[in-house]
Amino acid sequence: MYKLYLRSLISVLFLLGFSLNANAEFKVGFVYVGPTGDHGWTYQHHEGRNAVEALGIKTTYVESVPEGADAERVIRQLAQSGHDLIFTTSFGYMDPTNKVAKDFPNVKFEHATGYKREHSNVSTYSARFYEGRTLLGHMAGKMTKTNTIGYIASFPIPEVIRGINAMTLAAQKVNPDIKTKIVWVFTWYDPGKESEAAQALIDQGADIIMQHTDSTAPVQVAEKAGVWSFGQASDMQRFAPKSILTSIIDDWAPYYVERSIAARDGTWKQQDTWHGLKEGMVAMAPYNSAMGSDLVKEVEQLQKDLASGKAHSFTGPIYDQKGNVLVAEGAVADDGMLAGMNVYVKGVEGDIPQ
Amino acid sequence: MSFDLNFIGILIGAIMASSVPLILAASGELITERSGVLNLGVEGMMIIGAISGFALMVVTDNLFFAVVGSMLSGLIISLIFGLLTQSLLTNHVATGLALTIFGIGMSAMIGKNFVGIPGKEFPLLFLNLKESIPFLGPIFFGHSIILYFAFGLPFLTNYFLKKTKTGLIIRAVGDSPTSASNQGINVTLVRYSCILYGGAMCGLAGAYLSLIYTPQWIENMTGGRGWIALALVVFATWSPIKVLIGALIFGGITILQLHMQAVGLRIPVQLLSALPYIMTIIVLVVISRDSRKIKLNTPTSLGQIFYKEK
Repeated sequence: MYKLYLRSLISVLFLLGFSLNANAEFKVGFVYVGPTGDHGWTYQHHEGRNAVEALGIKTTYVESVPEGADAERVIRQLAQSGHDLIFTTSFGYMDPTNKVAKDFPNVKFEHATGYKREHSNVSTYSARFYEGRTLLGHMAGKMTKTNTIGYIASFPIPEVIRGINAMTLAAQKVNPDIKTKIVWVFTWYDPGKESEAAQALIDQGADIIMQHTDSTAPVQVAEKAGVWSFGQASDMQRFAPKSILTSIIDDWAPYYVERSIAARDGTWKQQDTWHGLKEGMVAMAPYNSAMGSDLVKEVEQLQKDLASGKAHSFTGPIYDQKGNVLVAEGAVADDGMLAGMNVYVKGVEGDIPQ
Repeated sequence: MSFDLNFIGILIGAIMASSVPLILAASGELITERSGVLNLGVEGMMIIGAISGFALMVVTDNLFFAVVGSMLSGLIISLIFGLLTQSLLTNHVATGLALTIFGIGMSAMIGKNFVGIPGKEFPLLFLNLKESIPFLGPIFFGHSIILYFAFGLPFLTNYFLKKTKTGLIIRAVGDSPTSASNQGINVTLVRYSCILYGGAMCGLAGAYLSLIYTPQWIENMTGGRGWIALALVVFATWSPIKVLIGALIFGGITILQLHMQAVGLRIPVQLLSALPYIMTIIVLVVISRDSRKIKLNTPTSLGQIFYKEK
């Protein structure tokens, strides 16, 4: 009999030791909305995680977590299993992240692209992707022959609308006749649907394809159809070598490394980060020489000006679709307005789905 | 919207291409269900077909092997379902669901090494005719051989079920396995064959996605098409021709709604996104009103476990 006691005692001690050990080690968790192999959004977050791992910090990740109830369960699971810092890397994780953060005050949370920081252990961070979109708009306006830009949009949230507006404003500046056609696919990641949307836009006369979704399907459709396209979130050049003019690259690695070290060393504080071309959180892939060296030079200059603050993506005068002034002449949109943007600027066709 | 005739032809061609995986998977599942077996693992078998087809294409650099291999892998995974439901007499619904979950996980695991590899050009037939004949050219020509096969398949299936002895045997097994068994038919063997055939067709449907439609491997790339194929079989009341009609309507409205958005029609986008599902159900319900025919077509023993008493 005493053997049984001994055995259970040993196992209890073992478990205790194990859990203590697990608690003692600093661990970082990541929640991804897509698979790490999407070669877009999630792929770049995973690259950031790899940079943290390279420091010798232990990390865990969960891929393809749907936004909604599943997300809360996954985040809670990570918090419960001894992770000290958790990055939740999609807009739809905003409420789940805050909900779990309330129950785990000792765990730090970092939510990407959101705006809710309801508890002191939640930080938010995002990149000024719209600066990249301004560059794309400039190129699109110069390169289009049909004056029609096709835009595959995911969900009607400020981040996406901001991108559409920034692109359209920049394109209008170099080509006043430009039209932006938008197709909403209501998914971040569905290669079949994304390629059907790209094809529909091309059939409707678009000769530039731009996407705010995460798979490489649209650029491949563009390559096949012989129209121009832009990569999203990571360098997609090898999927459409002729068609891609450049890609907007999200570089999360420096931020992830900095925040992980801060959390480990106890210097982590709540903050709201919004970095762009200047800090390098948004970067541009090499420009396709097919657009001519003059245009490449122009765009490189614009990129420098955006980074230095000499140029701004949303410089007045800016009007909404009905002609009301959004930003007065000579002024630039402030971050508050950008963060909550929910109207199209003049020149965009259609309505925002409500 | 531009309304020139050639453009409409191109549009119809695109609609046909998008309905191919649904036609293939639903035709296969139809035979399986006609023999009285309900296999809910369509999505799982499709995704396994998609990854095996793509992986074989990368490894062997031969599209023929890739296509045949995808059918074989669909067949093998359906064999697991057969063993469980026919030999070990497990519940059809639970086993089928498990098969889907297994397929999605397994394909993601195999697929890890194949992510981000660009696909190979799949040969399209009669490309010159597609260009030279306006309107009819883009409808009838310039497609892959699998598309032509898919569009012939419902008619073949219809003929097979109605006019051949084997078809009659399958229907008999699906309607009353006990009577069929008493007539000396090996019910288990017939059902095994139908399950394997269904698996092979689902595998082919998956390969169509990863080799032709969006030529690359992407996790979860079937995106629920297996479930739509399953629903089509039921709403088409087990009639192969109606499966074809349903698949075309679904594919058609999916693509049309994207075009309507691109044109900028002021219809709520959410409604447009739901339209393919709504319309397919309405049309199929309307064309399948005849309750006598439904009774005739429905495999009475669907999903029921059969075993021969010794």
